[in-house]
Amino acid sequence: MTTPAVNTVRARSFADRARRCGPWLAVAPFLIVMLIGLVLPVIALATGAFEGDSLKSSLGSGYRSAFWGSVKLSVVCAVLGAVVGLLVARAVLSGGTVLRRLVLTASGVLANFGGVPLAFMFIASIGNAGIVTGLLHDWTGFDLADSPFSLYQFGGLAVVYLYFLVPLMVIVIAPALDGVRAEWSEAAENLGATRWQYWRHVAGPLLAPPVMAGALLLFCGSLSAFATAQAMVGATVPLVTLQIANALSGNVSADNAGVGAALAIEMIVLVAIVMAAYWTIERRTARWLR
Amino acid sequence: MTAVLTRPVEAPAVHKRKRRFNATRTVVLGLAAVYFLVPLAAAVWFTVQDKVHGGVTGEYYTSIPQAEGFAGALRRSLSLAVLTVLGVLLVTVPAMLAVTLRLPKLRPIVEGLSLLPLVIPPIALVAGVRDMLALGPNQLAGTPFGDALVSSQDPELPIILVVVYIVLATPFAYRSLDAGIRAIDARTLVDAARGLGSSWFDVVWRVLLPNLRGAVLGAAFLTLGLVLGEYTIASILLFDTLPTWLVKISGENGQLSVSVSTASLLFTWLLLLVVSLADRPKTSRSDS
Repeated sequence: MTTPAVNTVRARSFADRARRCGPWLAVAPFLIVMLIGLVLPVIALATGAFEGDSLKSSLGSGYRSAFWGSVKLSVVCAVLGAVVGLLVARAVLSGGTVLRRLVLTASGVLANFGGVPLAFMFIASIGNAGIVTGLLHDWTGFDLADSPFSLYQFGGLAVVYLYFLVPLMVIVIAPALDGVRAEWSEAAENLGATRWQYWRHVAGPLLAPPVMAGALLLFCGSLSAFATAQAMVGATVPLVTLQIANALSGNVSADNAGVGAALAIEMIVLVAIVMAAYWTIERRTARWLR
Repeated sequence: MTAVLTRPVEAPAVHKRKRRFNATRTVVLGLAAVYFLVPLAAAVWFTVQDKVHGGVTGEYYTSIPQAEGFAGALRRSLSLAVLTVLGVLLVTVPAMLAVTLRLPKLRPIVEGLSLLPLVIPPIALVAGVRDMLALGPNQLAGTPFGDALVSSQDPELPIILVVVYIVLATPFAYRSLDAGIRAIDARTLVDAARGLGSSWFDVVWRVLLPNLRGAVLGAAFLTLGLVLGEYTIASILLFDTLPTWLVKISGENGQLSVSVSTASLLFTWLLLLVVSLADRPKTSRSDS
């Protein structure tokens, strides 16, 4: 009220300057954190990978089989997860609202649940000294520890990964399944289409892209999973994530830090390609999904 | 035989299809329930069964707090979680509001950087972080940035982990906040508030943030869950957090490690449950 005019003018010009710089100051911390936590590490990784012949030796036979193992496991997990997730989502979405909400909420929780506790949970149930293993043995005489299935091999890893991949698929595919209207099936039926024709020409083509996108997402999820595998199988299964960890901790041979960096770069490239395909498909789906 | 062949099939066929569908549905849901509930139940049973006397015991849960190294690891994990939640909010919220309201030309950069961590597996990111940290005592020794890299690795409270965790959490925070900002028509709110003479600080603090409460809380809880369960980064950089401690003791004491897992699991689920319940389309806009 009693502020001198000069002060008001100065305050306004200060406010003007703040208005111009303000937005930049608001973005700056974000850019700095991303620079230190993301951009610089990736640059360091790239320089490490292209130094010497680490890129070449990272494509050598031992590492190639680890890459191949990871890709194989991820493809199996992605296909199984997509199919099972689709079935579960379909079964749930056609059901009552209570069941629907329960399963969707549980899926949101389980999809984010990987890591060490997941591995221990499965070791406690179907590991060599697990509860389910023991009960099976007591009741039927069947010994899981002696069977070809082992929790500590590929099959076991797939079983464990599906615990978070199937819920992820349910979340990803639910909006698309909801978008397929009952009216379309009725219209097709009224026009004389058989059930098969409806799925072949209407629902199938509509759902194929989102199912594909979901499978790609699952592929990336199981490819990058590390904690579960590390806690469960250690280094006995050839997986690229475990190999990177090995190379970084210097368990293999000399010059392995460079090999670790090269493997990491190759992994980033693979995931980037898959995610690019995922985003392309998802954008296409988003067009009819509203 | 002939009776079966000549039986009218029209109406029952439709009926049968419906019934068969319901049967597959029940089978699918039943198998899914077994797959998802049995390991959980088995893990709980594993931790409460008394192998010596038979029956049920809670001794593994009550012995958690005294376990060697547990208190330190838990304290560190919780401090990291709190710092990361604060950090991710302080970093992403202003940046996203700024690009939405004032700097639209920076939007592609912020959006791209926010989603980039999804393309980089944590194990690859940590390999890069390790290479970067190695520069601190070597090539960059003596420079301010080099010193900062060295001091960020204090094993008691490693700040570098906070930075990397902020990066890992950004895609989730971005999605949650982006959905929130789209839902409230921020521009109109800001124009209205500015038109009524409110300062930018008031606009953000008293108009936008209250409207974004759900999105901010969602981002915070997701980040909390992520940090408490994170293993890859901490184990490669050799820091001692709750998950790395769990793996370390699992060899000596299986039951203890499973009971800590189960407890941390239930806690994380509770957190995520809060998020998914808060995520539901809300009707309470008018009361905020």
